[in-house]
Amino acid sequence: MNPLGEKYLRKNFLPFLFCPGCGDGMIVQAFLEAVDDLGIINDLALAAGIGCSAWIPVYIHADVLKVLHGRAIPAAIGLKATRPSRKVVVFTGDGDGLAIGGNHLLHAARRNIDITVVMVNNQIYAMTGGQVAPSTPVGSRTQTTPYGNLEKPLDGCKVAIAAGATMVSRWSTAYPKALSRTFKKAMNHKGFSFVEVISQCPVQTGRYILGSGAPHFNLQWIKDHCVPVEDPSQIGEVEAQGKIPVGDFLQIEKPEFMEEVQRMNQKAKEAQSKGGER
Amino acid sequence: MKKGRIKVMQGNEACVEAAILAGCRFFAGYPITPASEILEGMARRLPLVDGFCLQAEDEIAAIVAVVGASWGGAKAMTATSGPGFCLMQEGVGLAASVESPCVIVNVQRGGPASGQSTSTAQGDLYQARYGSNGDYSLITLCPSTSQEMFDHTIRAFNLAERFRIPVIILSDEVVAHIREKVTIPDPDQLEIVERKKPTVPMEEFIPFQAGEDDVPPMPAFNTGYKIPVISQAKSLSGNRGNAKEAEAFIHRITRKVDAHIAEFADVRTYGDEKAETAFVSFGSVCRSARSAVDMAREKGLALRSVEVKTIWPFPDDLLRSKLTGAKRMVVAEMNLGMLVNEVRRVIRRPDIPIELFSKIGGIYPQPQEFLRFLEEKR
Repeated sequence: MNPLGEKYLRKNFLPFLFCPGCGDGMIVQAFLEAVDDLGIINDLALAAGIGCSAWIPVYIHADVLKVLHGRAIPAAIGLKATRPSRKVVVFTGDGDGLAIGGNHLLHAARRNIDITVVMVNNQIYAMTGGQVAPSTPVGSRTQTTPYGNLEKPLDGCKVAIAAGATMVSRWSTAYPKALSRTFKKAMNHKGFSFVEVISQCPVQTGRYILGSGAPHFNLQWIKDHCVPVEDPSQIGEVEAQGKIPVGDFLQIEKPEFMEEVQRMNQKAKEAQSKGGER
Repeated sequence: MKKGRIKVMQGNEACVEAAILAGCRFFAGYPITPASEILEGMARRLPLVDGFCLQAEDEIAAIVAVVGASWGGAKAMTATSGPGFCLMQEGVGLAASVESPCVIVNVQRGGPASGQSTSTAQGDLYQARYGSNGDYSLITLCPSTSQEMFDHTIRAFNLAERFRIPVIILSDEVVAHIREKVTIPDPDQLEIVERKKPTVPMEEFIPFQAGEDDVPPMPAFNTGYKIPVISQAKSLSGNRGNAKEAEAFIHRITRKVDAHIAEFADVRTYGDEKAETAFVSFGSVCRSARSAVDMAREKGLALRSVEVKTIWPFPDDLLRSKLTGAKRMVVAEMNLGMLVNEVRRVIRRPDIPIELFSKIGGIYPQPQEFLRFLEEKR
């Protein structure tokens, strides 16, 4: 077994439930590289909802709370608030994170709470059998858009930036080293970090949208369509060519929510001891 | 008599006071009438005890954050009313499935849908028990007074910790907003229960294996156990269970509560325990039933008021014993007949009519109405 797997996987839960050629295994590897480099396995608290990507953390030998569809972020907030020293990481998908859980994403980003959200985007509802997702390209034929998808996809990174996230990146399974670096950066970032991972689903997206269920074809599709940008100002240009910009789009410093809460609590207690409150 | 201080409080305020004393350090909620004072009170009080109060983006986020906080190691609570309780139902099932101790207050108002936001009702009785999908069990407590709201809140946390379940406090608008005396015992007078923690090292710890009481020990996250907690029906190791494992899991999470009902069932009688005519009620309706008992006594008429305090799992045996000797039973409730179904199921005496006094629309029933009902229906 891969030495990282040997060290960090929950072996009694193997084999993975992921389909052959799925990108989720590559994300596990990239994430474990980051965890190993940072030496934070004991501080990790992982949260997930429902969908293929929600199973990523379950195989990692750490504390894992896998809740309901779309609800990983609220669970993560409960974990973070009860012990802010935890490294809380959410694994979500494009359906879990942008559709059913979209509201939670907005409000967690707005609070700038120090959690990392990894959103695996395979452009489809894969686990339920290939239905249209909020990330599916216009015109795609899926099980629920048999005449082609009419709805414009939602860009998770732009949503996160607009809502107030303080670190936003998008990479893909085709650039595993960049992905691992970004995971590290995100977990070190003090504030709400959002990492979108463009990932391949040969079984659903590959067969029904892209035209082939062959894993190498799907990985090649990502390589051909994801264009790294050095600067966020290049995003528009890449999108105009019908391609997907990847890169580190935003990292800024703003007051972190739980630190603000602790400051507020301190002030409230001081005011109370002076007889101000109540 | 317990040592303590006396304060005039609303039910909602008594709930906040008790939650803090019970050790609640995380609250998440969303504003809703007539429950908002609990969220407001927790927002004021929790910072002073190093806790945290989250005003969530919706009730779904609130209850799931409570489950997260519970695994984070805290005692956690949320409070809402009917429409919010609807949204929370997926989280009730989640808390039951991942066996997270937590307390959920539902201050009932008129329904269905937005119903009557400022009026009292008792229409959520079955929702409290059967609102989420699948088989699970939980405990539901029904306070009638501010004092009971205080006592039941302490008890709710204790039962949640003891059984690793969501405990629902089914309050209503009358209990929430009435102001009356509450005795707040000194903290050292209170019995506070904490969840059982594992005593073996991680290597020997089997996450969902329970002993004789069917309640597995619960480690907090980041205390060295690296526990996998999933919302699926689980094997003992915490992975997705096969048919046999799923069956055993569902049996265990229901049995751990239902088999111990004698430990916590609470049905009380007010008035003449041998009276042939009995009122059966829960929540705020018990208040009028009590007054009716007192008023009838003045007229030389013996009545008993049987008050169901733990309504789920339904206390079949205890209720039967409290109704021994009764020849006429009137179930009074503010819905079209829910508790009455349970009483009829439990009593099953074709010779004893079990009548329903039902009042809906948001106007609280007066004791005189009960007495009139007894006369007119005779």
